[in-house]
Amino acid sequence: MSRKSFRQAINEALRQEMRRDPTVVLMGEDVAGGRGGSAGVTDAWGGVLGVTKGLLEEFGDTRVLDTPITEASYIGAAAGAAVTGLRPVAELMFVDFVGSCLDQIMNQAAKFRYMFGGKARTPLVIRAMYGAGFNAAAQHSQALYPLFTHIPGLKVVVPSSAYEAKGLLISAIRDDDPVIFLENKVMYDDEDEVPDEAYTIPLGEANLTREGDDVTIVAFGRMVGLANQAADRLEKKGISCTVIDPRTTSPLDRETILECVADTGRLVIVDESSPRCNMATDIAALVAEEAFDTLRAPIRRVVPPHTPVPFATVLETLYLPSVEKIEAAVTATMNHRVVEKV
Amino acid sequence: MAQDIIPITMPKFGLAMTEGKIAGWMAPADTDIKTGDELVDIETSKITNTFESPVTGRLRRQVAANGEMLPVGALIGVVADAAVPDADIDAFITRFQADFAATSGGADADAPADEPVMVTVGNHTLRVHDRGEGEETPLVLIHGFGGDLKNWMLNHAALAQGRRVIAFDLPGHGGSSKDVGPGTLAFFAEVTAQLLAHLGLERVHVLGHSLGGGIALTLAHTAPKSVASLTLVAPAGLGQQINMEFINGFIEADRVRTLQDVLKYLVHDKSLIGRRMADDVLRYKRLDGAEAALRTISAACFPNGRQGDDLRPVLESASLPITVIWGREDEILPAAEAENLPAGIVRHILPDIGHMPQLEAASTFNTLVTDFIKSPDLVKTA
Amino acid sequence: MQIARETLLRSYRAMRTIRMFEERLHVEFATGEIPGFVHLYCGEEASAVGVCANLTDNDTIASTHRGHGHCIAKGVEVGGMMAEIYGRSTGVCRGKGGSMHIADLTCGMLGANGIVGGGPPLICGAALSHKTLGDGGVAVAFYGDGASNEGTTLESLNLAMVWQLPAVFVVEDNGYGEATSSSYACAGTQQARAAGFGMPYLECDGSDYFAVHQAAGEAIAHARAGKGPVMLHVHLTRWYGHFEGDAMTYRAPDEVPKARSEHDCLKMFRERVTQAALLDASVLDEIDAAVADEIEAAVMKAKDDPLPQAPDLLADVYVRY
Repeated sequence: MSRKSFRQAINEALRQEMRRDPTVVLMGEDVAGGRGGSAGVTDAWGGVLGVTKGLLEEFGDTRVLDTPITEASYIGAAAGAAVTGLRPVAELMFVDFVGSCLDQIMNQAAKFRYMFGGKARTPLVIRAMYGAGFNAAAQHSQALYPLFTHIPGLKVVVPSSAYEAKGLLISAIRDDDPVIFLENKVMYDDEDEVPDEAYTIPLGEANLTREGDDVTIVAFGRMVGLANQAADRLEKKGISCTVIDPRTTSPLDRETILECVADTGRLVIVDESSPRCNMATDIAALVAEEAFDTLRAPIRRVVPPHTPVPFATVLETLYLPSVEKIEAAVTATMNHRVVEKV
Repeated sequence: MAQDIIPITMPKFGLAMTEGKIAGWMAPADTDIKTGDELVDIETSKITNTFESPVTGRLRRQVAANGEMLPVGALIGVVADAAVPDADIDAFITRFQADFAATSGGADADAPADEPVMVTVGNHTLRVHDRGEGEETPLVLIHGFGGDLKNWMLNHAALAQGRRVIAFDLPGHGGSSKDVGPGTLAFFAEVTAQLLAHLGLERVHVLGHSLGGGIALTLAHTAPKSVASLTLVAPAGLGQQINMEFINGFIEADRVRTLQDVLKYLVHDKSLIGRRMADDVLRYKRLDGAEAALRTISAACFPNGRQGDDLRPVLESASLPITVIWGREDEILPAAEAENLPAGIVRHILPDIGHMPQLEAASTFNTLVTDFIKSPDLVKTA
Repeated sequence: MQIARETLLRSYRAMRTIRMFEERLHVEFATGEIPGFVHLYCGEEASAVGVCANLTDNDTIASTHRGHGHCIAKGVEVGGMMAEIYGRSTGVCRGKGGSMHIADLTCGMLGANGIVGGGPPLICGAALSHKTLGDGGVAVAFYGDGASNEGTTLESLNLAMVWQLPAVFVVEDNGYGEATSSSYACAGTQQARAAGFGMPYLECDGSDYFAVHQAAGEAIAHARAGKGPVMLHVHLTRWYGHFEGDAMTYRAPDEVPKARSEHDCLKMFRERVTQAALLDASVLDEIDAAVADEIEAAVMKAKDDPLPQAPDLLADVYVRY
């Protein structure tokens, strides 16, 4: 056990699974980098943000495969390899690039098992960066997990810390279904206590980062940290919060969300993806349908506006959910008074 | 009536304060206090401040003693109405301490010198927590099936007042390496002996809980000279019965919800088992090799759903001081096994307590153990 | 090149099976009993069979929306296919895939594919599996002239060359992508496209089983030997519409009749093997009769087989969820 960054935790998960299972292969744009360049170096980048650095050295270029910048062909190849005996981990770099290869994910990998009458296994992981806060603007900042969540056949993981990332990625690689593994690019240097050994965190079980009596906050990925900070501040004002990190948007641990809402009677959902048809709307619908009678105040969503992600820092800050916005939403739900209808 | 019991915790004076010392209680125990009354003087590295009571009620307990250093947020006292039964207060304190230890990593988490370390013994890497110092014979704590260092979170520091007390994760458990060889009691006794040799300990008091009790007995048999006394807490090896629903459920549970249900077998007061405790256990159970190790141990020690090792002959022939502590409501290993023990073995059967007296009746447990190992021979002849 | 008698018999039977399977579907579809839509492979049989005669179960193929021929050529069981097309629980995909998604991974059939250009990237992956696992297998993508314009296909040609994959890209050029001619929709030539990626290129007459067998044999041997991918351009004529019910108003009235009379791969095969005394006409007649019985039985059984049940709706979305 030692302190490791989110980046190191992911690298370690990949390394340990590649050691354990020779069918695990890595592919993507510049997952090593430098091939054919005039400097004659390999592993020049190790991924655009260095997450896969050093893996080429240990596993060689038959297991760490640099691809041309052609997402459709290599994501499709990863799907094809997954149904024919390999366990590929394909890196899509920025999740926004899914526009170039959605067919291979949505119509191919996600559908094989069902379309083929249960006769296929597609042990595929697609890793990609998501999220705003990096001044990366509209085509490199989206939080597209609702898009994948919408597609039956896919599992979707949104880890909230280095510890979570390692255990969830190992589970994703060992899983026999296609898994979309989304890494918030702002978190790569965040550190956490991470065991040196391999370990698995089951997909589909929510984690409660704190338990409280007044309000349930459901948050995803980087938003979990913000929700915890908000809960710390609220605690000083005498408002105690449960914070749920669902870990995966598909499967979604509905049971835990409903239990916690039943306990607190109030719900705030923090989701940095675009506000229409996102996880916040999904969970709001779930609670409205299954736990209406336990609610003591309207459900509140802390979400960005329905705009592309802006570039300028001042606008991007306005765009994103924040500790203050979460605090305000929780306070508002606490202040709600039921008015008896006459 | 938990809502009537109010915890008084170590306050935070200023931004930088992480811990404070109880400089002196101003309000005597079991007196009525009201909001704003001077309650206790707290000394920090910068200043000594008087902490005024945040509530009105009866100060039922001074949990922290004068001179004690505690982190911010630690329980120092309990306020409750006079009508609240003592048992409820005790349960409240136990639960608070368990939660606090789990969330803060223990009262001494910030002290770098008092951290568990990794020790290589033969082919094994063991996580060892070596605390306390003094002239007294050291004490070694051996946890049970599926346990780890956290089993002693309410005992280790207390037992280590003036004495070196070593706790460690058995192979296959906690932060230790996952090879458990044949998974037998003899194997674990041998690893324990190797650890003692590695630490340069020739003779120690040995306290074993559950499967760890069986390991302790085996060690006393194979290396009698190294064992000064045995404290057996709900030990394995004294009968055949074992709750296999717990063993198998524990092995198989990979989610908080299912594990939480399984862990409830361990205690009599089920409310002690929170999500966080299950989450802590899962952190180690999730490691690669942990489940396989537990399966190996289960197959070796509990073949056909019964305990395979009969250690009563060891107990009967042992010529060293022995005490046995058992919760009467133990749902894993029945407390009835404590009957018909050889003369000279002092038994403490604790009412309304389950398989983990060290957790459920921590202060009683700590007192019993401290008193026994202080003068074990006297007890033996008594 | 000498082709073994066993291979000739098996190939003839496969071509005849495809022909009868498709012609029967043409008839049955018109009765309204078959749900959804089907795309028939009639006229193109020698392509699928000529290529697959060079493959084993260890090799992999990916197909298209016009996939029945590839399935049969690769060894997917005909009764299970028919039941699938009828939407029965006994179908190879338990009634959940239908005509456009028939797959059988146990014999290396990665699936028909409802998405034009869906197969080539998958085949890069299958080829990567063969290469990484070192199992000696080759992966073959069948795709049409329409799909040859898809970005996925062009990207796959590039990727297969970059990774030097044991893959063969079979362009089944039947002259039409849906209702639009390849003379309109395909700029340049397939040969120039292969050359653009530095990929070896072969072409053949798809109505001549022997020509296909020969060219595919070379292409597959090249790939199998670790020399990288090959493009095989097969010239074909589609005897029916894009889908059943297509009135084919875009084709000259004599186009299909001419193909049927002059480029019928089964007729050409029969003439060639009997003239060369490779096979006896009576043996071929026996095969024709046996196949007719098999198709009849498959249809009868499919019509009688049970329909999927409500719980099947929720089954097999995931291995574990």
